[in-house]
Amino acid sequence: MEHYNMNLTLKVWKQKNGKTAGRFETYQVKDISSEMSFLEMFDVLNEQLIAEGKEPVAFDHDCREGICGMCSMYINGRAHGPWTHNTTCQLHMREYKDGDTIVVEPWRADAFPVIKDLVVNRSAFDHIIQAGGYVSVNTGNAQDANSLPIEKLKADDAFAAAACIGCGACVAACPNASAMLFLSAKVSHLAQLPQGDVERKDRVVNMVNQMDKEGFGSCTNIGACEAECPKGISLENIARLNREYIGATFAGK
Amino acid sequence: MTWKQRFTSSVGKKLVMAFTGLFLILFLIVHMYLNAQIFLPEGKEKFLAGAHFMGTNPLTRILEIGLVLGFALHIIQGLMLWSQNKKKRSAGRYEVNAGNATSKWYSRSMGLLGTLVLLFLIMHTAHFWIPNRANQFMTGEEIDLYEKMALVFENPIIVALYVLGCASLCFHLVHGFYSAFQTLGMGTSRYKQMISNIGIAFSIIVCLVFALMPIAFHFNILLG
Repeated sequence: MEHYNMNLTLKVWKQKNGKTAGRFETYQVKDISSEMSFLEMFDVLNEQLIAEGKEPVAFDHDCREGICGMCSMYINGRAHGPWTHNTTCQLHMREYKDGDTIVVEPWRADAFPVIKDLVVNRSAFDHIIQAGGYVSVNTGNAQDANSLPIEKLKADDAFAAAACIGCGACVAACPNASAMLFLSAKVSHLAQLPQGDVERKDRVVNMVNQMDKEGFGSCTNIGACEAECPKGISLENIARLNREYIGATFAGK
Repeated sequence: MTWKQRFTSSVGKKLVMAFTGLFLILFLIVHMYLNAQIFLPEGKEKFLAGAHFMGTNPLTRILEIGLVLGFALHIIQGLMLWSQNKKKRSAGRYEVNAGNATSKWYSRSMGLLGTLVLLFLIMHTAHFWIPNRANQFMTGEEIDLYEKMALVFENPIIVALYVLGCASLCFHLVHGFYSAFQTLGMGTSRYKQMISNIGIAFSIIVCLVFALMPIAFHFNILLG
């Protein structure tokens, strides 16, 4: 693919903290290489702002290789930008051409309050995971994997659900700001394995209750979450979550 | 988990919508089957015999109470979901929205479509069900619903409103049919596409048959 440079106009959300109102700030960036990543383009912008004596734009990032779930930009109306099964850090500037205007917003949901600019507080996800429970028992060395047989299809399904990186794109993309896809991935990856089977009924009830406390919306099966999920978490997991929940109801949990 | 939590949690609310929605879908099938008798030869007699059975049989009258409750639950829960979900982004909405790139417009507009169907339902029951039951209550006599339809559907504006009501119902059902089965946990990779296709076919057939009734009366193309 041919390498080219571009000049861009960026409309970026600036907000001092969660208490003050935010607004859009317009910036011009020049000579952006088509081979840069989207976050590298933001690095260039911030270098430029620092050189001008202005405050840089705060944004979340960590691994920059699409596996940590930290980056979280809503780009031209799309969580993690226009590419499917992709995180913001793996979006590359070859998507854009010279003269484009790009609107960048933070995840918007009351359960994810803005900390600063494009950085939002996603602790609500941590609380949901914590509500799922954990054990800390010294059990000695790990036993041989073959002594715990798991059906191939279940192992694959559980692994596909475990691919969720907890970035929050599902909540950001959902018109209801619901966390159901995230929750269903967490419930699905444990419920299908023998290690998680013992507490599956309590877990699903506790996690759903915690999700509701965190102020997320209700799921109405719209499907925007699945379309935007960088890890391809399927709506099938929400169907499984519902089965788990109905099962827990019949078990009197 | 208390019973209250079971039906008021975010999964419980979906279950209420799904159970009542499927019940209303069953009602639609019966309603369509009975009313479609008008398209047959001697349709008037067949339809009136069916209407008489539905209006006087003790079992269907008891089921009717369930139907009113089903409608009420579905409407109240739906409107509550609509207003609650709108408030989950109160700190600010997006400047640019994904729109149709990530989801279907009718899936995002179930509250609006449902409200249109509700307005249609109010008009529709005011035309037929309420006058008929009121008459039964006061005089013990049923009204001739076939003649009533012929009278109501003389007005082209009413016919247009009925067709629009059926169109709203169609899109409401396309999402609702699939969504109900997804909520009951049947949205697995094996069945998801099949359920979705059946839902689309069902919605189109039901709404088309219903929409043809006012049109057929208005243009007087029934076999009698």
